[in-house]
Amino acid sequence: MKLTLRLERRLTPSRALGFLIPVFSIVLALCFGAVLLAAVGKNPGVVYQKMFSGAFGSRFGLTETVVKAIPLMLSGLGVAVAFRMLLWNIGAEGQLQIGAFAAAGVALAFPQAPAVVIIPAMMLAGFLGGALWASIPAALKAKLQVNEIITSLMLNYVAIYWVEYLVYGPWRNPKGYGFPGTAPFSPAAELPRLGTSRVHLGLLFGLVAALCLYFILRRTKWGYEIRVIGENPTAARYAGISLTRNILMVMALSGGLAGLAGMSEVSGIIHALQRGISPGYGYTAIIVAWLAKLNPWAIVVVSFLFAGLLVGGDQLQISMGLPAAMSNILQGAVLFFILGGEILVRNRISLTWEK
Amino acid sequence: MTPHDEPPRNPIAPTAAIPCATGRDQTVQFLEMKGITKRFPGVLANDHVDFQVRSGEIHALLGENGAGKTTLMRILYGLYQPDEGKIAINGKAVTIRSPREATALGISMVHQHFMLVPPLTVAENVILGLKSTREPWLNLGEAQERIAELGRCYGLRVDPRARVWQLSVGEQQRVEIIKALYRRAELLILDEPTAVLTPQEVQEFFTILRQMARQGQAIIFISHKLHEVTALSDRVTVLRDGQVVGTMLTSATDRQRLAQMMVGREISFQRYKDPVNKGEVALELQGVWAQGDKGLPALKGVSLTVSQGEILGLAGVAGNGQRELAEVIAGLRPATQGKVVVGQKDVTNRSPAEIIAQGMSYVPEERMRVGTIVDFSVAENAILETHGQAPLARGWFLDYQAIGRYAEKLIADFDVKTPSQDTPVRHLSGGNVQKLILARELSRSPRLLVAAQPTRGLDVGATEYIQKRLVEQRSKGTAILLISEDLDEVLALSDRVAVMYEGQVVGVMPTSEASVEELGLLMAGVKKQLPA
Repeated sequence: MKLTLRLERRLTPSRALGFLIPVFSIVLALCFGAVLLAAVGKNPGVVYQKMFSGAFGSRFGLTETVVKAIPLMLSGLGVAVAFRMLLWNIGAEGQLQIGAFAAAGVALAFPQAPAVVIIPAMMLAGFLGGALWASIPAALKAKLQVNEIITSLMLNYVAIYWVEYLVYGPWRNPKGYGFPGTAPFSPAAELPRLGTSRVHLGLLFGLVAALCLYFILRRTKWGYEIRVIGENPTAARYAGISLTRNILMVMALSGGLAGLAGMSEVSGIIHALQRGISPGYGYTAIIVAWLAKLNPWAIVVVSFLFAGLLVGGDQLQISMGLPAAMSNILQGAVLFFILGGEILVRNRISLTWEK
Repeated sequence: MTPHDEPPRNPIAPTAAIPCATGRDQTVQFLEMKGITKRFPGVLANDHVDFQVRSGEIHALLGENGAGKTTLMRILYGLYQPDEGKIAINGKAVTIRSPREATALGISMVHQHFMLVPPLTVAENVILGLKSTREPWLNLGEAQERIAELGRCYGLRVDPRARVWQLSVGEQQRVEIIKALYRRAELLILDEPTAVLTPQEVQEFFTILRQMARQGQAIIFISHKLHEVTALSDRVTVLRDGQVVGTMLTSATDRQRLAQMMVGREISFQRYKDPVNKGEVALELQGVWAQGDKGLPALKGVSLTVSQGEILGLAGVAGNGQRELAEVIAGLRPATQGKVVVGQKDVTNRSPAEIIAQGMSYVPEERMRVGTIVDFSVAENAILETHGQAPLARGWFLDYQAIGRYAEKLIADFDVKTPSQDTPVRHLSGGNVQKLILARELSRSPRLLVAAQPTRGLDVGATEYIQKRLVEQRSKGTAILLISEDLDEVLALSDRVAVMYEGQVVGVMPTSEASVEELGLLMAGVKKQLPA
């Protein structure tokens, strides 16, 4: 007798599991993290409690969580719209950087412009910057069938080093005591903030983007085409839906939203372009989008959760001397468990005794 | 623990020679399934089914799609567990939990799609997955001898040293049967085995099956072709809605009665023919070449014309370029040479959207993979090609009310049975999916309709309905290219018949001048009609 484990295909994918798996993935990731914490001699209960209270337990923590949720939300929405069409845009990080660069360029070029002019101009520049950056892998994919995963990922490094080149070189603030960053923007180029907190208007961008995306996908011809291609590219081709045009347009929208995230970071938080404007928001956005099952509203919620994880991770570093990488490990573990759990949505496990 | 006390026999071939005659007692009940019930969410797939097969008999299992044939056979083959009921083999109760256990009990299944490895030889394919008698070495020589011997016993002539890719489809099917016999199968399940054969090959295949039965082999023959069932089987069991309608001697019944039992009402075998009223040429192919999926030429200079108001039936054995031809016309596969003209306009290698705009409609062969999006609702599937047009869309937005009315009309006009227009297509039966596709494609009032295998796998009722609508559409003046592997269908519906063989049209003739024998020879590539 031996116990055998077998996967049986479900007749219809389980709806309940579609919801439960993301939840369980988080729980399992926390358990996994607990083992690591215990191994380095920390009490996981205390650490998680500190993380939670650090992220959500004080006014400062809470507003910081909202601040970090903004870029996650925008780039998460961007990533999700591409993923909906089975376009694996891994380049949100680079698109965010180029968006920040383009917005900063506008802000620095027109220091005298009033806010009503400069803010929309920076938004446009940020969106277009990200959109154009994403159009490179899109065009290569549409015209030459080049794998967009590789090209969009590689372009991240190009974008990051381009920004570094600028802030160390031609754009460096001459009065910055050698600090790698541009001169601060004019006050007109700063996004309005909520009271005395660091929460800025970018939050509204994120919420409006989620609303728009929801409407595009559900109510428009374009959204219908995106969904058809995502569900069944063969049927889309059969129906005369142009894959080339949609690849170009969806990637532009995807990159544009990430670019807007970059714009909102430089305009809302840093007020200059500098090195390390993103601690990897564009990568975390992939996990956010996937955990949210590519649903725009769920992305908004999950962005706050992951922002809390980042803020809580920072707290650990400060108060317990744990490396901030702890939160990266947890993020990775969450994605790992989700991807592993996907198989259960379409299959069931049967355990049987066999001779 | 299994209830049967005898350990399952090892399916792995021992070395002993196989006698031709098995010496099985042919009056013995080999298989008995009793009270088999299987429920799926919302469906009672098998409802207390009783089914017996004797050694040495060919037992046909007949039923519409969704009648429960497949479920019953999957239970027998160990792929599903029944919720209720008992299975006995040779009088002993058994539990079959996997295909491996089924094989050990002497049950083998030949699938519609062959499970062979083309670059390997016949012998290598046959011993694949079996333990060798001289591990770690292969016992190829021994296997070759046994294969030759099985071939002699049953008339299954195949060279054990030939590579599978070199074999014809009919020969490959023989290899599948040899594989089963090599594993000492006593009961063979054949799932729609004749779909891939020419009429001549079918005759030869039936001879082999009869020979096998004479030597004690039990055979379950699953088919929806009534004339094959009546020609071949000893007994028939008819399933409808998961229940057994009846089991009877084939000699004591006829096609008409079987069809009635299957469908639960009378079926007319009357054909609907009114004289052709040919209009303008809607489709013209001039020397079209195209590559297949493997990069080899699949079309080698195809020339054809189809006029408005006529059905051109394109017959041929599966895999002779019919699918590629349909795809080239629809703009889904590039033509490497030649010209495709739809309604006076050269559309060679144009986008599908442009060809659709020229009045081309296409009912694709794979309705669930190409023709629909299975997780989309009926309504969302109804607007696949026309979602950009008024009144379904206004500006950038879809008008869901108009879409709802439109879907409702298609559902009513084509008698699509669905709980609602919001039901995902995944939950519809094959016949209703096909009605939905046909409704959608005909709603554009096309100049040309390319219908690829439009009734394959459908039940009698749906087949009849689809065929009737095709003929109606032809009388309304649409040009129809009917691609079908079902020769009866081609002969019944077409005004002219063309035959494809190895990427070429080897003959075109008016249906009135075509005979099954001649078409069979053309399909087999034995004969080639000289260009008139």
